[in-house]
Amino acid sequence: MSDPNARAIEFRGGGFVIRPYRGAAIVFFVVLIALWETAVRAGWVSALALPAPSSIVKAFYDLAGSGPFWRNITDSLFRIVVGWSVGSAAGLVIGAAMGIWSLPRAIGIPAVSALFPIPKIALLPLFILWFGIGEASKVATIAIGVFFPTAIATYTGIDGVPRNLIRMAQSFGSPWPSIVWKVILPGALPGILAGIRISASFALILLVAAEMIGAQYGIGAFILTAGNLMQTDQLLAGVVMLSMLGLIIGTALTRLEKWLLRWR
Amino acid sequence: MELIAEQIGHRYGDVVALEKIDLTVHEGEILALIGPSGCGKSTLLGIIGGILKPTSGRVLVKGAPPPDSLNPYTYIFQDFALLPWRTVEDNVAFALEHHPIPARERMARVEDVLARTGLLDFRRAFPKQLSGGMRQRVGIARALAVRPAVLLLDEPLSALDAQTRALLMEDFIALWLSQRTTAVYVTHNLNEALRLADRVAILSRRPGRLREIVRIDMPQAERGTPAGQVRLAALHDQLWQLIKAEAQVAEREVLEGGAHE
Repeated sequence: MSDPNARAIEFRGGGFVIRPYRGAAIVFFVVLIALWETAVRAGWVSALALPAPSSIVKAFYDLAGSGPFWRNITDSLFRIVVGWSVGSAAGLVIGAAMGIWSLPRAIGIPAVSALFPIPKIALLPLFILWFGIGEASKVATIAIGVFFPTAIATYTGIDGVPRNLIRMAQSFGSPWPSIVWKVILPGALPGILAGIRISASFALILLVAAEMIGAQYGIGAFILTAGNLMQTDQLLAGVVMLSMLGLIIGTALTRLEKWLLRWR
Repeated sequence: MELIAEQIGHRYGDVVALEKIDLTVHEGEILALIGPSGCGKSTLLGIIGGILKPTSGRVLVKGAPPPDSLNPYTYIFQDFALLPWRTVEDNVAFALEHHPIPARERMARVEDVLARTGLLDFRRAFPKQLSGGMRQRVGIARALAVRPAVLLLDEPLSALDAQTRALLMEDFIALWLSQRTTAVYVTHNLNEALRLADRVAILSRRPGRLREIVRIDMPQAERGTPAGQVRLAALHDQLWQLIKAEAQVAEREVLEGGAHE
C-alpha cells in the first residue's frame, strides 16, 4: 500500500468554527470586577466617580432593608407589565389585521410608517396633559412604544407564512377561522416572538425615561435622585437592577421561544 | 365520478399558460399530465381541483362522490406542504379536524392511514425529523385520511432522490391497486408517467395545449416485470421524441419574473 512516492494530502480545511468556551465569560467578569475593585481601592479612580463593586453591593444591602426602596421596584414592575401587555395585545390584533386583510393593510402600513419613527418619549408630556401625572401617562408611553414593533413583527410574520401551507389548508376545505388559527398564526409565531424581544427592550428604555421625567417612585426616578445627591453607589445599584431586570426578561423569552418553537 | 375540463384557458398577465384544454378524467383511472417545465400542467391541476380559477372554461363533474369521502378532490403536493409545528399524526388529523366526525372515528382514521403508509412508528415525530420520502408519506397519509374521490398529485416525487422515488412509487402503486382511486398525476418524468398511468396526456408549452393522449394498455402490476419494462421502453422512446424538442427549448429559456407554474 505505502508507495514511497505517495505523499499525504495537506489538510486545508477547518477554521471558522465557533466552539463553546464555557468558563470564559465567568473568568472575564471576575477579572473585570477584580480590576475595578483594585483600581478604586488603590486610589487610581475616585470612589465618588466610580464606586467599587463592593460598595455597590453594600448599597444594595442597605437599601434592601428600607421600605421605600422596594416601592421603586414594584412601581416599575407594575408599569412595565401593564404597559407592555396592553401594547403587545393591541399590536398583535392590529398587526394580524394588517397581515390578513387588504384594507387594514392599505391604511396601516402608511400609518405605522408615519408614527413609528416618533421617539415615543416625546409623547409623554402630551399623555401627562391627557391622563394626568399618575400611572396612566407612563403606562400609555410604554404601551405605544411596544405597540409599533409588535404590529410590524406580526404582519411581516404573517407575510412570511409559506403560501403553499395556506393553499394546502384551503384544498382540504379548512374553514377561514381554522386557517388563521392553525396555519397563519403558528406560522407567524417565530416573527412575532422576535418582535416581542425587541418590544421588551423598548419597554425597558421607555420605563426608565418616563420615570426620570415624572415619577416619585420607580427605578428610573431612584437613579435620577441618587445622581442628584451624588450617591453614585446607589445610582449604580439602580443600574445593576435594570441590567438584572433586562437579563431576567431576556432569559424568560429565550425559554418561551425554545418551548413554543420546539418544532424548529 | 368523472371530471370533465371544458375549454380551459389560463393566463398570468400576458403569458398564456393554458389554451383550450378539453380533457376528461374517467372513474378509476390514473391520468398522467406530462410536459416540459412551464407548460402549465400544475396550473391545470390546480384548476381541476378548484384551488385556481381559470381565466376561461370550466370543470364539470359527473356523479356523486362516495358518502364517506370528506374531501372529494384531494391534493398531494410536490413540497409536501406539512405544517412544521405539528407532529405526523397531527398533520394527518389536520385534514379531518373541521369535519363533524366523532373524535374516536378521527383517531381511527388517522391510525388506519398511518398504518397503511408505514408511519405508525413516526407518529409523534415532527416533519423536520423525517427524510423527504417519509414526509411525502405523511402527505399521502393525509390525503388518504379524507377518502378522496379524486387524488390530484402535483409532481409528488420530484423533490426526492432517485432511490426514494423508486421506493415511494412502489408503495404508491400498491396503495392505488388496493383502492383504485381516480387520480390525476402531474409530472415531468416520463418514467413515472409510464409506470403509473392508464393514459398519458402530453401538454405543449407557451401556450399550454393538449398535444396528445396516449393510452397504456398494460396493468400496473405487470409494468415492473422485465417483459413489461421492455414494452414500456419502446413507448418511452416514442413519447420522448414527442416532447424532446420542447424540453430543449424550455431548458434554454431565461425566466422572466420567476417561474409561473
